Amino acid sequence: MSESAKPSYAYGSTIRPGRIVAWTILFLGGIVMMTPLLFMFSTSLKTAGHVYDLRLIPEQPTLANYVKVLSDGRFVRWFLNSTLIATIVTLSCLFFDSLVAYTLAKFDFPGRRLVFLAILSTLMIPTEMLVIPWYLMASKLGWIDTYWGIMFPGLVTAFGVFLMRQFFETVPNDFLEAARVDGLNEFAIWWKVALPLVTPALSALAIFTFLGNWTAFFWPLIVTTDPSLYTLPVGLSSFAVEQSIQWELIMTGAALATIPTLAIFLFFQRYIVRGVMLAGVKG
Amino acid sequence: MARIELEQIVKRYGSITTVHGIDLTIDDGEFVVLVGPSGCGKSTTLRMIAGLEAISGGTLRIGGQVVNDREPKHRNIAMVFQNYAIYPHLTVAQNIGFGLYTSKLSKAEKQARIRETAKTLSLEPYLERRPAALSGGQRQRVAIGRAMVRDPVAFLFDEPLSNLDAQLRGQMRLEIKQLHQRLGSTIVFVTHDQVEAMSLADRIVVMRDGRILQVGAPMDLYNRPADIFTARFIGTPEMNMIDGIVADGHVELEANAAAVDLSGLGGLPRGVEAGQPIVLGVRPQELHLLAGGRGDFPIRIEGRVRVAEPHGSETFVLLDLPAGQLVARAPSTVSFKPGDAVAFGAEANSLRVFDKRTEKLVN
Repeated sequence: MSESAKPSYAYGSTIRPGRIVAWTILFLGGIVMMTPLLFMFSTSLKTAGHVYDLRLIPEQPTLANYVKVLSDGRFVRWFLNSTLIATIVTLSCLFFDSLVAYTLAKFDFPGRRLVFLAILSTLMIPTEMLVIPWYLMASKLGWIDTYWGIMFPGLVTAFGVFLMRQFFETVPNDFLEAARVDGLNEFAIWWKVALPLVTPALSALAIFTFLGNWTAFFWPLIVTTDPSLYTLPVGLSSFAVEQSIQWELIMTGAALATIPTLAIFLFFQRYIVRGVMLAGVKG
Repeated sequence: MARIELEQIVKRYGSITTVHGIDLTIDDGEFVVLVGPSGCGKSTTLRMIAGLEAISGGTLRIGGQVVNDREPKHRNIAMVFQNYAIYPHLTVAQNIGFGLYTSKLSKAEKQARIRETAKTLSLEPYLERRPAALSGGQRQRVAIGRAMVRDPVAFLFDEPLSNLDAQLRGQMRLEIKQLHQRLGSTIVFVTHDQVEAMSLADRIVVMRDGRILQVGAPMDLYNRPADIFTARFIGTPEMNMIDGIVADGHVELEANAAAVDLSGLGGLPRGVEAGQPIVLGVRPQELHLLAGGRGDFPIRIEGRVRVAEPHGSETFVLLDLPAGQLVARAPSTVSFKPGDAVAFGAEANSLRVFDKRTEKLVN
C-alpha cells in the first residue's frame, strides 16, 4: 500500500506549469461561482440597515431573519409545496422516462426509430412556446390553481427518455436474456435487472429533474393565482413585490431554499459511480 | 431431465435463412456439442432451443412436448452465457438465487438449495461477495450455479469458456465435464473450439452455413470425417490435404508423384473412377518419421524441413514438398534444421480419400 502510494506522491510533488495554469483558472472560476452564494448567506445574516453594506462578514450577524421567515406560515407552505411537487415530478420522471427509454432501447418494433425521433424533436421546442397551449389545456380541464396543474407538463420528459435510452443501450442483452430464461416477466426484467444497472444515469436524472423543478419559476407563476399553491421561487418573488424588496428576507428564503438542493445532490452523487456495470460481464 | 428433438428446424431473418432445416435428437442425459466456425448457425440453434429466438419452421420438442411457441420460462431449461451475465448489483448468493425466481419453494428451502449449489461449485466462501470481487473462473461458476440451482431439464451453454484464459479454460472444461458426470443432465454446448468439443462431448454436431455436416462421437469424427470441412476442423494441427487426379489404375498427385509414393497402396481406393479429381487427407499424427529414410510403409512422402515446432512431447514439422506443403509429427527427440531432407511414411488405412467436387469422403 505504502509502496504503491509513493510514486503518486512523488508525481504530485513535481508541479508542472500546465497544472498551475489549470488550477488558477479553476480557482478563479470557483470564486466567481461561490461569490453570489456567499453573499446570499452573508446578507441573510445582516440586519435591514446593513444590507447595502457590501462586506462579506456581517458586522452584527443575526439569525433574526431566519426566525422571521420560518415563523411566516406562507414560507413554510411554499417550501412544502415545492418539496411535494419536485419530489412527485422527479419520481414520475424516473419511472416513466426509463420505462419508455428501455422499451425504445431494447425492443424491436415497427416505428421504433420514428417514435424516438418524435420524442427527441420535442426537445427543440422552447418552454415559452409551450406555455400558452399548456395554459389553455389546463384551463379547459380545470387544472388552474391545482398541484396537478403545476406538475403535469413535467411528469414525462423527452430529455429523460433520451438520457436513459443512451444508458439502456449499453446494457448487454445477455443480462436480459439470462433473466428471461430464469423466468422473469418483461416488467420484472426491467425493474430488477435493467434499472439497477443504470443507477448512475438514474441518479443524474434525479438530480437534474429535482433541481429543475425546485427552481422552476415561469410555469408555476402562470398556472397559480392562489398564494397557498405558490412554489418557493414564485413565493419569494412575491415577497419582493409586496414588501418593497426586503433583501435580507429574500436572501434568507433563498438560503433556506438551497438546502434541499444540496441535500439531493449529496445524496445522489454517491450513486454516480462509473463502472458498476462492467463487473458482471466480460467483453 | 429430458430428450430434446429438433425436426426440420429453420431460422429465417426476413429473406435470409441462417438455419436450414436441422434434424437432431439429443438424448436424455447426453452431452452434445454444437461446433463450427462463427456464423454457422450453432448459437442461433441453441437460442431457438432456449426460446430466445423465434423458430421460423419445423418442430422443437423438449421432453416429448412441442415447445415452439412456449416462452423461455415455460421450457424449464437453463442457459449459461458467453459473458456470464451475472448481475453486478447482487451478491453471489442472490445471483444464484435468481435461478429460483419462479420456484415456489419456501425461503429456507431456497437458501438451502443455494448453499448446496455453492458447495458443489466451491463457491461457499464467496456467497456474500459481489461479482466485481471474483475472478473470471469464479464468475463463470456463479453463472453455472444460477443454472444448476433450479434443476432444469436441460442446460444450454453458449460459448461459456471463450472469455477465459487458456489455463482457466482447461480447468473449467474439466469442471463442466465432471459436473455432467455427477448430475447426468442433458447438456447442449456451443463452441467454435474443436478441442473443447472433442474433450467434452458424448456426441459432436459439426455445423456449417446453417446445416449439419456430421454428427458423431468425438473419435468417430476424428477417425472417419464425412467431408473435407470436418476433417480439417477436428484435430490439431489440421489434417493435410493433397489434391490429386485418379488416372489409369493409380492416383496422380498434384503435389508431385515423386514426393508421395503411393505404389504400396495396392490399387485405387474404393469408390473412385478414372479422371476423378480427389483430395487425399492424412493427419500429421499418422505420419511416421523414417529414420535414415528407411521404413516399411506402403506410402512414402519426402520433403524438406521448412519450420519445426517443438511442443515438448512431440515436434510438428512443416515440410516443403516439390509442390505444396504438409505438416508431420515427429518424436521430440529428433531435432530438425530448415532445409533438412526428410522422409515420412504412412499406413494405407490412414489415408482418406475425398471427392474434390462434393468434398465428401469416398473411401
